[in-house]
Amino acid sequence: MVGQLLSVEGVTKAYPGVVANDTVSFTVAPGEVHALLGENGAGKSTLVKMIYGLVRPDSGKMVWMGDAYEPATPNAARATGVAMVFQHFSLFEALNVAENVALGMEYPPPMGQLAQKIKEVSEAYGLPLDPVRLVGELSAGERQRVEIIRCLLQDPKLLIMDEPTSVLTPQEVEILFTTLRKLSAEGTAILYISHKLEEIRSLCQGATVLRLGKVVGTCDPREKSARELAELMVGQTLHIPIREASELGDVTLELTGLSVASNNPFGTSLKDVSLSLQAGEIVGIGGVAGNGQDELLASLSGESLTTADSVKLKGAAIGHLGPNQRRELGLLTAPEERLGHAAAPDMSLTENAALTGTIRENLARNGFIQWHSAKEFAERIISDFDVRTPGPDNAARSLSGGNLQKFVIGREVLQRPDVLVVNQPTWGVDASAAADIRQSLLDLAAKGAAVICISQDLDELMEISDRFAALNEGRLTPTRPAKGLTVDEIGLMMGGAHDMEVSHVEA
Amino acid sequence: MDLSAINPLILIAALMVASTPILLGAIGELVVEKAGVLNLGVEGMMIIGAIAGFAVATETGSPFWGFIGAAFGAAFLSLIFAFLTQILLANQVATGLALTLFGLGLSSLLGQGYVGLKAPITPKFEIPLLSDIPLIGPVLFQHDAMVYFSIALIAGVWAVLKYTRAGLILRAVGENHDAAHALGYKVVRVRFMAIAFGGACAGLGGAYLSLVRVPQWTEGMTAGAGWIALAIVVFASWRPWRILLGAYLFGGVTVLQLNLQAAGLAIPVELLSMSPYVITILVLVIISRSTQAAPAALGRIFHASR
Amino acid sequence: MLRLEKRPSPSKMWTALTPLLAVVLTMIAGGIMFAMLGKDPVEAIRIIFWDPLFHEQFAAYSRPQLLVKAGPLILIAIGLSLGFRANIWNIGAEGQYIIGAICGAAVGLAFYPSESFLIFPMMVIVGGLGGWAWAMIPAILRTKFNTNEILVSLLLVYVAEQLLASMSLGLLRNPEGMGFPGSRNFRDFPAAFNQEIIAGSGMHWGVVVAFIAVIFSYVLLSRHMLGFQIRVAGQSPKAARFSGVNPKRMILFCLGTAGGLAGLAGLFEVSGPAGQISIDFNSGYGFTAIIVAFLGRLHPVGILLAGLLMALTYIGGELAQLMLGLPGAAIQAFQGMLLFFLLAVDVLSNFRIKFTRTEAA
Repeated sequence: MVGQLLSVEGVTKAYPGVVANDTVSFTVAPGEVHALLGENGAGKSTLVKMIYGLVRPDSGKMVWMGDAYEPATPNAARATGVAMVFQHFSLFEALNVAENVALGMEYPPPMGQLAQKIKEVSEAYGLPLDPVRLVGELSAGERQRVEIIRCLLQDPKLLIMDEPTSVLTPQEVEILFTTLRKLSAEGTAILYISHKLEEIRSLCQGATVLRLGKVVGTCDPREKSARELAELMVGQTLHIPIREASELGDVTLELTGLSVASNNPFGTSLKDVSLSLQAGEIVGIGGVAGNGQDELLASLSGESLTTADSVKLKGAAIGHLGPNQRRELGLLTAPEERLGHAAAPDMSLTENAALTGTIRENLARNGFIQWHSAKEFAERIISDFDVRTPGPDNAARSLSGGNLQKFVIGREVLQRPDVLVVNQPTWGVDASAAADIRQSLLDLAAKGAAVICISQDLDELMEISDRFAALNEGRLTPTRPAKGLTVDEIGLMMGGAHDMEVSHVEA
Repeated sequence: MDLSAINPLILIAALMVASTPILLGAIGELVVEKAGVLNLGVEGMMIIGAIAGFAVATETGSPFWGFIGAAFGAAFLSLIFAFLTQILLANQVATGLALTLFGLGLSSLLGQGYVGLKAPITPKFEIPLLSDIPLIGPVLFQHDAMVYFSIALIAGVWAVLKYTRAGLILRAVGENHDAAHALGYKVVRVRFMAIAFGGACAGLGGAYLSLVRVPQWTEGMTAGAGWIALAIVVFASWRPWRILLGAYLFGGVTVLQLNLQAAGLAIPVELLSMSPYVITILVLVIISRSTQAAPAALGRIFHASR
Repeated sequence: MLRLEKRPSPSKMWTALTPLLAVVLTMIAGGIMFAMLGKDPVEAIRIIFWDPLFHEQFAAYSRPQLLVKAGPLILIAIGLSLGFRANIWNIGAEGQYIIGAICGAAVGLAFYPSESFLIFPMMVIVGGLGGWAWAMIPAILRTKFNTNEILVSLLLVYVAEQLLASMSLGLLRNPEGMGFPGSRNFRDFPAAFNQEIIAGSGMHWGVVVAFIAVIFSYVLLSRHMLGFQIRVAGQSPKAARFSGVNPKRMILFCLGTAGGLAGLAGLFEVSGPAGQISIDFNSGYGFTAIIVAFLGRLHPVGILLAGLLMALTYIGGELAQLMLGLPGAAIQAFQGMLLFFLLAVDVLSNFRIKFTRTEAA
């Protein structure tokens, strides 16, 4: 095909048990912003890893400006003109910005010159950065800038961006889009991976939709509605959870002046957080990643201890109590990281059920675990929450992300909490599992429990919350009724553009 | 008791010699740990270096070849560790311990024919001009070449880590191996090289014990020097010049207590003999209270899946 | 090309088979080593693994030695395995063993020549406490100051060895020993002597306690909440905290238990088979027990078997020294090799090895 920058032709890549990509074909023209659209597990990541030389296709071929393109390593891909911004940043926290940039370049100039260049390029594209700062001290948005600058310094012809907006406030997203449009106008093609439909409609000129490893459609996203794109992506009409209004009860959980230092040297400490929660309601807490979400969950779960009075459950001071004592009193939590925090990867589902269930489900007698009861509990979670697994003896790590998340949420929900706190309950989970999880939170609230849902997915928060608040550098805004909040208002609550002024960009 | 017999100048000269084995072991391990690998086998590699160096030196009559042999011998042993931990993904702590236990056994096996022999003398290397300075000259500048080499090695490691691309890649691999892999760096290859370097350094340190410091071969002669080297890496907070400080501090304590023993101080000999270990523990405690700068990926297993 | 592929769940079959495979591989590699030393490898392997139990002339002496040597190894390894499972690396069991022996022996010797039946139980208690206290040093430094317990526990071995020297030359020296180093021999002090329970079997109180420790540890790990917490803490520290495990208490418990058991092992050894406190009374059980713990896959029953096997190589090694002139150090290297092979084949239980066609470049 003449005039195409990159064309992927019938590429297939299989892993044991999964065909990640099945004869996938699509093309990207120079200067085009092309979307790769699909759910988690649709095969987008594998596809771009092949283009970036991290993975090699089993069959099929790729053509770059008319020539065969078979990058054996990322270095080869970069030499050709392909650059990539990763979803999970490939950055080094203990190194500074310039060193991080240098590591992503083939032939970096001496550090002094490089630092100067970083300053110039970053300002030209409206993404100011200080080259000598440690990356560990930067916010998520600033870290993404490092990745982008690293790519731009190599004058790429194709820039791959994997879910770039999940860590940004709405205002930051606008800055990013301005930069991307400017790049596109200068002739750089952009391969934009996302499952956020509105973004794609506003940014991209072409889209390839993937489902279960196969291309199910190619379209111009500007001409389709978000609903059409969603159905193409998911392959079915979506079940949208129903919010039933319920009577609010007494105040169950009360945070007053909660301040906690982070356990992580690069983490965010909580500062003077106050919140009060009534039985039967869901409070959604938004905010860009790394603004104290993990710390808030830890101080509620009892992993971080505080002064007794700063956390009160049904009037009783519990800030000084550990996780199990809080469970006994009815405060349950589900952290963000499924494998390795909410669940032990190598342990069976039965053992993982006992991990948090021993107390409320009476799984232990005189300190001895009743494994048959634990197994029954695990089986109950599996059947009630439709967890797809051969049985409770399987290791947690053998489950897919969505199934394990259902197991983790189910484990807490089935213990009939008075207060449940979840962090990123549907992160990396396919649409139908996400809908099930949200519905289970709504059901729980309808039965009179109070729920805190910490999430970076604003659509999710708007869908299920009664009230909304945002975390910004460890501080929590006052809550506002979720109904009627506009995107701009939410953005301001989340901290606006995060003190990152936009320099003059001509796009 | 005769404390006046302790001459501070001779003490300093002796300190430099006493510190060199640990210094070499520690700077090697620093590079290994900077690459994100925890090799607890320093003691085993050192003792293999001690016997290999001693054997080669006595067979060839040349201490120079002895040191070369020690470096290669210990580096070869460290490659077993590298293979197990980097290719077969074995637990680093356990494998390092295995290396130490195996090294101790193998060295005494290899050393059977060498007990009681004398090593060829490693010549002193007097630095021209500087060694003629009164007082300081004989103390600082009239040692064997390994003493200077070990200090040069510290400077070299420092410069490479700080200023070169190779050093940057090494640090990157030790900070976040997944990110380094995503950028296309060969994590396993970098770590193999770092481990072999660490092995070679430990080997040199061991050979220095058997060829210069003692100088003869006895079973288990490293007597914990490898473990002290590991402790000094922590003490140094993974900074090369602080290794020098730590090693000389430890060497100073060792030499001082030996001198005190010789002077017949009224402190039990055993108490003096244990003092270097006790002081190392105390220093570790003080250091570990402050913030640590350990490489983030230290000891974690890297497996490039998908 | 060889490639490793992570299994969705750890393979139960390989977990059980790998120690056997490691033993076989070690026999082969060890055989090569013996051949290089100029010994007949088949004969050497037979002498090490077979003759201690079945040789018509020596077995009568060496068979009871099996329990004598396995007892302390198992006892120490059981303690270590708890810590290792929780990622708490106590590698200074040798020191705890020495201190246990010194403390226990000191109590016994203080009452010489009393005939009270309380003396031996008292020695046992104090011996265990001594080892426990010695292990609490790294434990407390770790919990209070976050000091690396690997280094501290190991460095304390050298301190303990100096204390041992000091004791056998000074405080505990036999006043009737004509100036020779070493304490009174417990064989001449019946109330404090840890004698064989069944004559000629090698079964002394230490062996009994080792078997009890195996059973306790089995129940603890498979049924009890604490054992479950130890396992979670090792596999996933964050999940453990989330489930309510207090990491500091875990460190204190694991190090303390390991120290106590090592101390007991030391006491039973000094008051029985060794007979007296002497400069070189310790013989490296504390280090070999590390191999035993891993060889037994940190599982109580596995440790029981591994302890017996390792004891066999000790006795077999002595026998080979006697019959073939095989150097004693060869056995030490042989044991180290065993640990290497075990760690190497371990990969099979969590990974599948795939042979893939060489990818087109």
